[in-house]
Amino acid sequence: MRIKSALAAAAILTLTAACGGGGGESPSSSGGPVKIDFLSLAWQKDSVAANKQLVEEWNKANPNIQVTYVQGSWDNVNDQLVTQFAGGTAPDVIHNDSPALSGFASDGYLLDLKDRLPAELKNDIPQAAWDTTTFDDGKGGQGVYGVPFLQESQVIIANKKLLDESGVRVPTPDDPWTWDEFSAAAKKMTTQRVVPGSGDGEDAMGQGYGVAWPMKSPVNKTLNLALNFGGTFFQTSGGKTTVKVGPEEREVLQRIHDQLHKDKSADPAALGQGTADPLPAFYQGKFALLPAGVYLRQQVVEQAPDGFEWVTLPAPKGTSAQQGAVSQTLSIAQESEHPEEAMKFIAFFLNGANQAKLAKGDWLLPTSKTAAADPAMTTKENGWDVATASAKNLVVAPFLKVNGFDEWKSKVATPVLQEYFANKITLDEAAKRLVEDGNEVLERYQR
Amino acid sequence: MRRVWQYVALVAYVVFLAFPLLWLLSTALKTPQEMALTDPTWIPREPTLANFGDAFGEQDLVGASVRSLVVALFASVITVAISLPAAYAMARHRSLINKIAIGWVLVSQVFPFILIIIPLFMILRDLDLVNTLPGLVVVHVTFTLPFALWMLQGYVRAVPRELEEAASVDGAGRLRSIVSVVAPLLAPGVVATLLFSFISSWNEFMFALVILQDPEVMTLPLTLVRFTGPEGVARLGPLAAASLMATIPSLIFFAIIQRRLKSGLMAGAVKG
Repeated sequence: MRIKSALAAAAILTLTAACGGGGGESPSSSGGPVKIDFLSLAWQKDSVAANKQLVEEWNKANPNIQVTYVQGSWDNVNDQLVTQFAGGTAPDVIHNDSPALSGFASDGYLLDLKDRLPAELKNDIPQAAWDTTTFDDGKGGQGVYGVPFLQESQVIIANKKLLDESGVRVPTPDDPWTWDEFSAAAKKMTTQRVVPGSGDGEDAMGQGYGVAWPMKSPVNKTLNLALNFGGTFFQTSGGKTTVKVGPEEREVLQRIHDQLHKDKSADPAALGQGTADPLPAFYQGKFALLPAGVYLRQQVVEQAPDGFEWVTLPAPKGTSAQQGAVSQTLSIAQESEHPEEAMKFIAFFLNGANQAKLAKGDWLLPTSKTAAADPAMTTKENGWDVATASAKNLVVAPFLKVNGFDEWKSKVATPVLQEYFANKITLDEAAKRLVEDGNEVLERYQR
Repeated sequence: MRRVWQYVALVAYVVFLAFPLLWLLSTALKTPQEMALTDPTWIPREPTLANFGDAFGEQDLVGASVRSLVVALFASVITVAISLPAAYAMARHRSLINKIAIGWVLVSQVFPFILIIIPLFMILRDLDLVNTLPGLVVVHVTFTLPFALWMLQGYVRAVPRELEEAASVDGAGRLRSIVSVVAPLLAPGVVATLLFSFISSWNEFMFALVILQDPEVMTLPLTLVRFTGPEGVARLGPLAAASLMATIPSLIFFAIIQRRLKSGLMAGAVKG
């Protein structure tokens, strides 16, 4: 009886849903407002709120162009898009990041925005950022396949108390540490100190370290910092791209390795961790400096125990302070029936004032020059001034335009760099494998 | 004494099984500060309901649960309705075609999802089923059917043929013996298959991700993933709160249906 009643309940529910919840039907466009689907990947609380609010504002002001906010997720957006592009049902406006655009652009799924960008939007975003979304159009020219709007730079998040106690010079955006100063500072902060949980007692003395390098995903971090010494890791000649690990590329690798194994100023426990994993130990003072992307400040603000003081320091500089950058982007699907309206929406969504809101919500850097000047982006609070100032050092990441980079990264570079930082292989061996195994991978993409 | 040890073992097993659920509950009640402690505790020091507030405030969890429930119920009932007669035929009429069919069913299980997802999507699009719950139900039925068939076939085979023969000696026709003799004995098998299909559909993510696009039709797994960011970073508090709420409907479904899941109905049915 019980099963029968359960089945009956199922049937009733089903019927109700089939009648009411089928959804997905958009009203015919004749005479009605234009409908645009906007796939957003925002996931932080403030960022989701900012996205929803901007869409609402737009819909209120533009009754003839109604935008539907569809939330996606970073982890599987590309699987989702591949299927929807192939099936011809992709959203009109697509949020993604610049490394993903190159493949979709060359397959013809994304609209070239080059001649559609309003002048105001185009001029408000510096060329270095546009470079991150400019790719071959497959016809011998170059096309712009997305509007870049949020970027990440590397900074150092520091324990203020340990920084002050060490007496080292506090770096500023105008006068950052050199890598030598950075290494010396980390050494100075490597001391025996009270580290809760490090011994049997509650507050036992333990080994404190200067810095932590969480290197579970080492590739993007080291490649972006390698630009400090002009290290690009890739070279193109005669239309053929190969991997190179010369003296410029070796600098940052060697320096991080030295901190770990020669100076012993880097916490060995953090080495195998993901970016955010060392934070609990950071709050306890086990190490003083955490090189990280600017977005990690959000977690520190949210999680740090009461009374924990921290500051944001600029990343160290080598022969220059340059860092590689990729961007978050908004693109328009090639098959969109309303590209004009979609472009109008993007221009509104990414204007200076709105970019400031989005950047604040995601704790990232806006590409818009107007947004970067917004008081919210330059306040000292939570290190926004240092973070925003670091944007001037961002140049397009050299790996962004390398076909086959993703495979090189996962199959070659990640294991090789992990082994190198764990001191299992020498720098020469690492360089040899990065180049030889790497070129084999790249070769396949260039036939 | 032996009984005591049995109970100890049982309690240990239950704790082992319940651990993830209890940890989920504990995490859902913690503040972000507490989640970042290096020595986490079971019982939150300052319990908070803020995570539940965030989870329900940001996402339509109730609506998504109802839609998931409808899809899972529909998919599991249809799966069983189709696979039951097929399983009976396969188990009772053994022929070459049967063997080939069973082999084919097994082979179909080997295909990776991702290989067929684009062609499947095209078919659904041509049928106007993209972005609809019936479309998702069709896909879920298609994907649980082979295994359900395989599972039920085993149950049918376990019902001794002699029972049907005995019924026919007593004058029952084929239909009567199926309805009055075989069907009641298959109840546990049907329940187990229903549960399997229900859980497969309830948890299914990939197809739902590509088929459903409108916020109004999204199912629960799609809603839960909204609390995660790039490279595995997640908003643990709201995610734990939402996941906890997401397990409740399936727990209730289990509680209702598990009483039917008993074995031994056929013990002693055929002598010697």
